[in-house]
Amino acid sequence: MSIDSLLERAQGLTSDAERVTEAKLRTVALPGGRTLGLITLDNGEDHTKPNTFGFGSLLALNTAIDAALADDSIDAIGITGKPFILAAGADLTSIQSGGPDAVRTIAELGHAVFRKLGEPGGKPSFGFINGLALGGGLEVALHCTYRTVMDSAPALGLPEVMLGLVPGWGGAYLVPHLVGADKAVTLLVENPLNQGKTLKGQQAFEFGLADAVFGGADFLEQSLLWAAAVLAGEIAVHRADVDRGAAWDAAVARGESIVAAKTGGASPAAKRAVELIAAARDADRDAGFAAEDDALEAMSKTPELLASLYSFDLVQKRAKRPAGAPDRSLARPVTKVGIVGAGLMASQLAVLFVRRLKVPVVLTDLDQARADKGVAYVHAELDKLLAKGRATQDKTNRLKALVTGSIDQSEAFAGADFVIEAVFEEMSVKKDVFKAAEKVVSPECVLATNTSSLSITEMAADLEHPERVVGFHFFNPVAVMPLLEIVKGERTDDVTLATAFATGKGLGKTTILCKDSPSFIVNRLLGRFMGEVAKIADEGTPVPVVDSAFAGIAPMPPYVLLSLVGPAIALHNNETLYRAFPDRFYVSESLKRVVEARKGSFYGPDGEIDPEVEALLVKPETPAVKTAAEVRAQTLSALADEARRMLDEGVVAAPEDLDLAMITGAGFSFWNGGLTMLLDTSGISEKVTGKRFH
Amino acid sequence: MPRQLREVVFVDGVRTPFGKAKGQYAETRADDLVIKCIRELMRRNPSLPPERVDEVAIAATTQIGDQGLTIGRTAALLAGLPQSVPGFAIDRMCAGAMTAVTTTAAGIAFGAYDVVIAGGVEHMGRHPMGEGVDPNPRIISEKIVDPEALSMGNTAENLHDRYPTITKQRADAYAVRSQAKTVAAYDAGKLQPHLVPVATRSADAGWGLATTDEPVRAGTTMESLAGLKTPFRSHGRVTAGNAAGINDGATAALLADEETARELGLPIRMRLVSYAFSGVEPEVMGAGPIPATEKALAKAGLTIDDIDAFEINEAFAVQVLSLLEHYGIADDDARVNPYGGAIAMGHPLASSGVRLMTQLATAFEERPEARYGLTSMCVGIGMGGTVIWENPNWTGNNTEETS
Repeated sequence: MSIDSLLERAQGLTSDAERVTEAKLRTVALPGGRTLGLITLDNGEDHTKPNTFGFGSLLALNTAIDAALADDSIDAIGITGKPFILAAGADLTSIQSGGPDAVRTIAELGHAVFRKLGEPGGKPSFGFINGLALGGGLEVALHCTYRTVMDSAPALGLPEVMLGLVPGWGGAYLVPHLVGADKAVTLLVENPLNQGKTLKGQQAFEFGLADAVFGGADFLEQSLLWAAAVLAGEIAVHRADVDRGAAWDAAVARGESIVAAKTGGASPAAKRAVELIAAARDADRDAGFAAEDDALEAMSKTPELLASLYSFDLVQKRAKRPAGAPDRSLARPVTKVGIVGAGLMASQLAVLFVRRLKVPVVLTDLDQARADKGVAYVHAELDKLLAKGRATQDKTNRLKALVTGSIDQSEAFAGADFVIEAVFEEMSVKKDVFKAAEKVVSPECVLATNTSSLSITEMAADLEHPERVVGFHFFNPVAVMPLLEIVKGERTDDVTLATAFATGKGLGKTTILCKDSPSFIVNRLLGRFMGEVAKIADEGTPVPVVDSAFAGIAPMPPYVLLSLVGPAIALHNNETLYRAFPDRFYVSESLKRVVEARKGSFYGPDGEIDPEVEALLVKPETPAVKTAAEVRAQTLSALADEARRMLDEGVVAAPEDLDLAMITGAGFSFWNGGLTMLLDTSGISEKVTGKRFH
Repeated sequence: MPRQLREVVFVDGVRTPFGKAKGQYAETRADDLVIKCIRELMRRNPSLPPERVDEVAIAATTQIGDQGLTIGRTAALLAGLPQSVPGFAIDRMCAGAMTAVTTTAAGIAFGAYDVVIAGGVEHMGRHPMGEGVDPNPRIISEKIVDPEALSMGNTAENLHDRYPTITKQRADAYAVRSQAKTVAAYDAGKLQPHLVPVATRSADAGWGLATTDEPVRAGTTMESLAGLKTPFRSHGRVTAGNAAGINDGATAALLADEETARELGLPIRMRLVSYAFSGVEPEVMGAGPIPATEKALAKAGLTIDDIDAFEINEAFAVQVLSLLEHYGIADDDARVNPYGGAIAMGHPLASSGVRLMTQLATAFEERPEARYGLTSMCVGIGMGGTVIWENPNWTGNNTEETS
């Protein structure tokens, strides 16, 4: 479309709901006599509501750029943002509500407006990246002839792929031509798939995204003086040559292998971003930008975009306000933590509690040597953080002094507000532990259990105060995995639950409320998943075929995951669930044998099935060999059945909680929306359960 | 312990362009103004390792809000100086930066410091004079200070009373010359080297860049001043035209022990000779420079005839004229304020002392025949301060005595 028709269409699409980012043009007399038309992007809000580009914002920017181009007294154009923010990219909400041609229109309009900054024959332009610059916020600067960046800018990047989109306002074309295809792969594909990693200002400069870097104390002043010197020819800007030969092919190949490894080709956006980089090599500006328009439009029609936005909303919003959690004001402060046990799990918990809550943490065990060993583990972990420079000596001293070990519970738990047990996974043992603890703690002290499978209600049944018992189920490794399932027993009261949620938040975890039920959320779904997979393998489908069936859904193939979790733990989970639901869950004979043989992994170091394991596997007389597609369909059907049952049983409040749990606790894919969105879009939920989840 | 007195030298001085209150710095923080000066000093003197700065003394009259929080220390940290560099806040109203210089200079002479940063800031748009003050009631009940002394304009009128020959016409004529000299100095590019540009935030207009003093009024004439109101007295003499305005700005200077300056390859722009502060009746605050100058000259063993260059703060024209009249110097003597002064550029209270010194250093460079110069200013609550400097570029007869 011509720019005039685009502008007209954009007028029509601009909604009152858009928080318009104004583009304020002001002439600045530079030392040396030249005049800069400086455009400040400012949506009139503070830094917690960053500038974005919707239709209205692009129209405003267009007007400002046109005015600067038309003003003969202006020699060059600069663009910067309100304090701390350049812009955070497109205003997705206003685009989503814009109707069928909204994406195509905004893609073309963004190009048409931004490119005026960098069009040959136009005026030289400067992007002054004064803070956050993501997506379109970075692209607007990329169109400029030159760029400066603030060294302390918190985040620069093109995270579109994470959201199921591609950088569609010039990023996919301009970045490889600016810094080379390999770095473009890093910025457009690798970083977004690595939990949306971004660059800090100094890193972005070293990466080649900017021509100069200045400190925050006088960033804009120094940028303007630098611009004046560039315009006066006193500073020549040198950039590294871009290799448009073999290196470009190698980069594209690297991008393809990252996409294969991370998404199994299941995220169309990641794949498309690599294709855009590949095509950019021989494309001119018009062709490159047109390819981005096409890609953006195509991505907007994929279910993965919807699912990614859904996932984004889950981790950004739902994770912060857990469904069903009682009012926060009910929570009691936690000023001291007791841990029953001093083994590896207990010690990991101690590290997490002391680092995040910075309160006294007491590890208790039956003999002092074991308690001391637990403390030594915590101290060693804290020393590792010190050695890595992630903590200062003083802070390390503080935290170390907070962790003690004891065999005397009455002394150890005096004054504790929160006691968590991490002892052997056996109901009678845990009941005894709580009974003993209850004698020494105050009546208000929360008793939390890290059980992964036992009933909270039963564990609390014989206590004087069963209402203070709550499940606090972490995932391994505790320091890394974001999910914490908070399990409400039948008698757990709201104060206990509120304290548990507040503590979970203090620990930096994503908390989800779960009913007291076998294996709670993630382990139940994974148990059904692994059981179905194992049954298929036991019935004759080779393990490598089974393992190839889940690319793009789970973070790793099931038998790799099983090896990571530990075959014995996986077996225990399956047995627990089998006892609860013998008709649906499955205990694999092969897995039992592998556990009995004390094998830690199905795979050998060469990546092939370990021959000793292979010899242990069940070999049916009439093997039923399935294709990867059949394996996938059968397993997802089982998951659809289980997810529906869990919702019907009230294990969680809504399918959103299942998905948030699977994304944060099992690494299920963002672009599938975790689990239930995938089951809906693939038609499996309707086929298996007769209805959709959403 | 044997102790040797050390020579103190003025290495460099910078300032922000000055603004009118509610003008170009309306949305710019006070601390940011002085931080930019500190950064500029460090940038201009790359041979100075930042950790060699032994003190950062920053003056502000109203030490609250963005001029509070021990501004010398916080500004040093925010300017990116190492954490090992200490700092403090200082206040002597209009002579804040001058006192920051003399106090740290004394420390250098004593051997406590090798290199210091001394400066001042006043954002009068955000912190008008008198903001949050709580005068002791004894001031009135026991007549310790004439209540008129708390209004600087009144003290200027009182000074006119003391020097009846200094008429409004003389004051206005002085102001016209000050404006003209500042415009000429800008045209000749003499003031721009002192300035560090400041990016100015405006929520309405977007970012801008301040590169020049906002208060200057080119084309000021006797006629244009004649009709201005005399807000402090009816039929008075003090007007907005023959006084400095309400201004925002900051300054900073680098001072060093002379040997350290040589060791680090830092320029020696002026050498400190002597300084003095003196009190007068608070209600004629503007007379303060006279006893202060007498005292400083006496300490240096000099007379007024030895002084070849003057930078006198123009809080009010009458205050400059009274000092000149006291010493029999003509109102339009070319040695006095050759680049104009606060009437044109502005007087952000606690920052102005270093501006005077920076301009005197420039005058010394231009005029190697001038051996001694002084910077002087009146100070609220009835004080004056004078600092006498020696020109290291001096090429007079007694060359063996210098260097």
